[in-house]
Amino acid sequence: MNRPVRRGAALAASAAALAAGLAACSLSGGTTAATGGTVILVTHDSFALSDGLLESFTEQTGYAVKLVAPGDGGALVNQLILTKDSPLGDAVYGIDNTFSSRAVDEGVLAAYTSPDAVAGMDTADGHLTAIDQGDVCLNVDHQWFAANGVAEPTTFEELVDPAYEDLLVVTNPATSSPGLAFLLATIGHFGETGWQEYWRGLLRNGLLITEGWSDAYYVDFSGSEGAGPRPIVLSYSSSPAAEVGDDGVARTGNVEATCVRQVEYAGVLAGAANPEGAKALVDFLLSDAVQADIPGSMYMYPVTDVDLPAAWVEHAPLAADPITLDPAAIAANRTAWLEEWAALLG
Amino acid sequence: MTTTMTRPTPASSLRAVPPRPPRPGRVWLVVAALVPLAFLAVFFAWPVGALVARGFVTDGALDLSGFAEVFAKPRTWRIIGLTIAQATLGTALSVALGIPGAYLLYRTSFPGRGLVRALVTVPFVLPSVVVGVAFRSLLAAGGPLAFLRLDGTFAAIVLALVFFNYSVVVRTVGGMWARLDPRTVEAARSLGASPARAFLTVTLPALAPAVASAASVVFLFCATAFGVVLILGGIHFGTIETEIWVQTTQFLNLRAAAVLSVVQLVVGAAALAVAGRARSARERSLQLRAEHHRPLDPARDAVPLAVTAVVVLGLLTLPLANLLVRSFHTAAGWGLDNYRNLGTSSRALTVTVWEAMGNSLRVAVDATLLAVVLGVMVAVVVAQRPRSASGRRAVSLLDGLFMLPLGVSAVTVGFGFLITLNRPPLDLRSSMVLIPIAQAIVALPMVVRTVLPVLRAIDPRQREAAATLGAGPARVFATVDGPHLVRALGLAVGFAFAISLGEFGATSFLARPDRPTLPVVIFRLIGRPGAENFGMALAASVVLAVMTAGVMALAERLRIDRTGEW
Repeated sequence: MNRPVRRGAALAASAAALAAGLAACSLSGGTTAATGGTVILVTHDSFALSDGLLESFTEQTGYAVKLVAPGDGGALVNQLILTKDSPLGDAVYGIDNTFSSRAVDEGVLAAYTSPDAVAGMDTADGHLTAIDQGDVCLNVDHQWFAANGVAEPTTFEELVDPAYEDLLVVTNPATSSPGLAFLLATIGHFGETGWQEYWRGLLRNGLLITEGWSDAYYVDFSGSEGAGPRPIVLSYSSSPAAEVGDDGVARTGNVEATCVRQVEYAGVLAGAANPEGAKALVDFLLSDAVQADIPGSMYMYPVTDVDLPAAWVEHAPLAADPITLDPAAIAANRTAWLEEWAALLG
Repeated sequence: MTTTMTRPTPASSLRAVPPRPPRPGRVWLVVAALVPLAFLAVFFAWPVGALVARGFVTDGALDLSGFAEVFAKPRTWRIIGLTIAQATLGTALSVALGIPGAYLLYRTSFPGRGLVRALVTVPFVLPSVVVGVAFRSLLAAGGPLAFLRLDGTFAAIVLALVFFNYSVVVRTVGGMWARLDPRTVEAARSLGASPARAFLTVTLPALAPAVASAASVVFLFCATAFGVVLILGGIHFGTIETEIWVQTTQFLNLRAAAVLSVVQLVVGAAALAVAGRARSARERSLQLRAEHHRPLDPARDAVPLAVTAVVVLGLLTLPLANLLVRSFHTAAGWGLDNYRNLGTSSRALTVTVWEAMGNSLRVAVDATLLAVVLGVMVAVVVAQRPRSASGRRAVSLLDGLFMLPLGVSAVTVGFGFLITLNRPPLDLRSSMVLIPIAQAIVALPMVVRTVLPVLRAIDPRQREAAATLGAGPARVFATVDGPHLVRALGLAVGFAFAISLGEFGATSFLARPDRPTLPVVIFRLIGRPGAENFGMALAASVVLAVMTAGVMALAERLRIDRTGEW
């Protein structure tokens, strides 16, 4: 009688040995213990810095950096609030101005602002330090408008005009952070009693609302890879720099009147295990090396005076006079505004 | 505790009491039940319970007013209705299309069958954001299928759900079908039954447990589908899952999220109860043999061939081909630049795709090992047929309990981890260990559902015969259950691996940015502007798809083909 079980046992044993060997690899930390201990940076999943920058921080200060990214920007503050009594880490980066007031009110931040902080930027009562900024604007496809002989829109009001019917795609403010920024921009521009009528006008004019930036930009927008049908998309002021052709001509551009400013902050978490290391890390994020790296790694603009990449200076400048809203007003009304918006859709 | 058996003596053989079928020792059964239960309790029940409890406790007192608040809104009822409708339709369509597919891919043989089998499983692992883009670019205005006018409709969501879950039905049902003894069908045919009648009266009842298993899993997957609904459904189609996500991550409205989580659990438990009822009504021992298939005959197998061809070439291949073709499109025309860029770590890609793939594979190996070991334990326990009614109830309760993780939102589990696993000795929140654990919790039910029908179909008389010949319970288990188990394991390992590789929901909450898995890298790339990043995201998706198909094809080969045939 044949003995298939023995062969099976041998296979199983070798598979188990292989698995154990590989398993050891995934569980090993792989971090070297630095002299000053570890600093845990809690951030969102768009955080990126070039190789070597965090290592240079370790060399300078002796703290090793460990990154924890539990979700996207909107979820970040809520996760910090949820874990208030046992913080996820020491320092946080990625709280933006739509959530900064809420973070401070809920007591998740220690009162520290970097001494290198840029003057004139909001510090949320000494709890946060501005690290980078950007604008959320409508992007237009120059080639489409030129080919179709339509004048490019320059203001919010023009978008409800039938001449621009079925040309605009934006994202859902409840699920996408640029979408929320756009909603806040319309509230800032039209006021708390006028924005609802404006959105009704947009919806009558064939507005398309998608769930996320990726499918709006890569499927519906005509000016990018997807070659979609709509030439006006909600995106970032830095996006045109990524759509520059080989001839140096930018295919897309910003509608400056629709730009709303987003600022991202870093801070020290209340109850952190290593507050000194966290402070050092926040200061490091304002250093020239990091600020110069931010455009390439995170598609945002630095807050200090470092030089921008040439393509950005020429094709993707920050808006001179963007719409801004008071963070406290945003924190107080965000839920109500989102519910009103959802009700508008019917 | 072993049973003592009366040795049959010549005089006593006539009045001998038939020996009780030996089972693995009771102690081992209890251990086999307790270890997975403890695992589930610590890493699933506790986090979910803690987060849901927070929604029902205000200022230290139990507060159930959240129910009234949430159910008073008409939107809630609309969402629940949509969720059940989408799950039911998705399941029905997947099963209806999957059964012919299972026949074609597991009962007949034709050149290229292995390739088609591997292709069928690829959709299962693709991150839903990539699938969303692939589908939408086909269906949106300006795409090749725009004339169908399916963009943003309910039908698009159902089609995408079938796209994801077709392979679950095909592999689960097919794996069982391949081992059914064809002689029963041949006997029916020789007695005058038409092929259709033989199928309906002989094959289908025999397959019913596997079909019910697959249907219950697919229903739970469809009911908790997140990315697909979000991207393809647009703003008009919300499900319980998307609502829980919005309420938890964007508004931190834990009361509404807790109420909706309870609703989700109830819907899932109801579906499992229905499936369990359908399953147990039909479960009986079958004659299981080694895989049996015959060459494809276009005349005889016309219907399954036609149906499967339409599904595979139409629904499955079109979006995948769209993905593949677009991954070769670079700024400089057609070329391999996107793939080349994956090998270099750049600003956009902090780790090379090969490192991310390595991370994915390592995590998948851990998760698969965990899921398979615990899943087999659960399957062995649940395959028992206790004599007492309370024993049977306990077994079916255990069965349902282990399926629950599939019916609970990943957000709830992820956020639950944040508030429970935060103190020593279980301070695992930012540890890499949690990722394979979270993935194993989702993969474990699949392992159980794959292995269980096979174990339950083993004729208990084989065990009795072995016992009569003098084998102890352990030996009986090893020689009777063992070979069937090992053969079913190939399929189960493949499933667990695929689930782990493609898992994104829980992983997105737990991943460490410096050691990302491949779906995380794809998600990051597709969230950035620039044709180069988009091209790299597509290329990385193709790499993920090819890697998964390769691993699953390999897993299928790790089987024992020769068995002692009785």
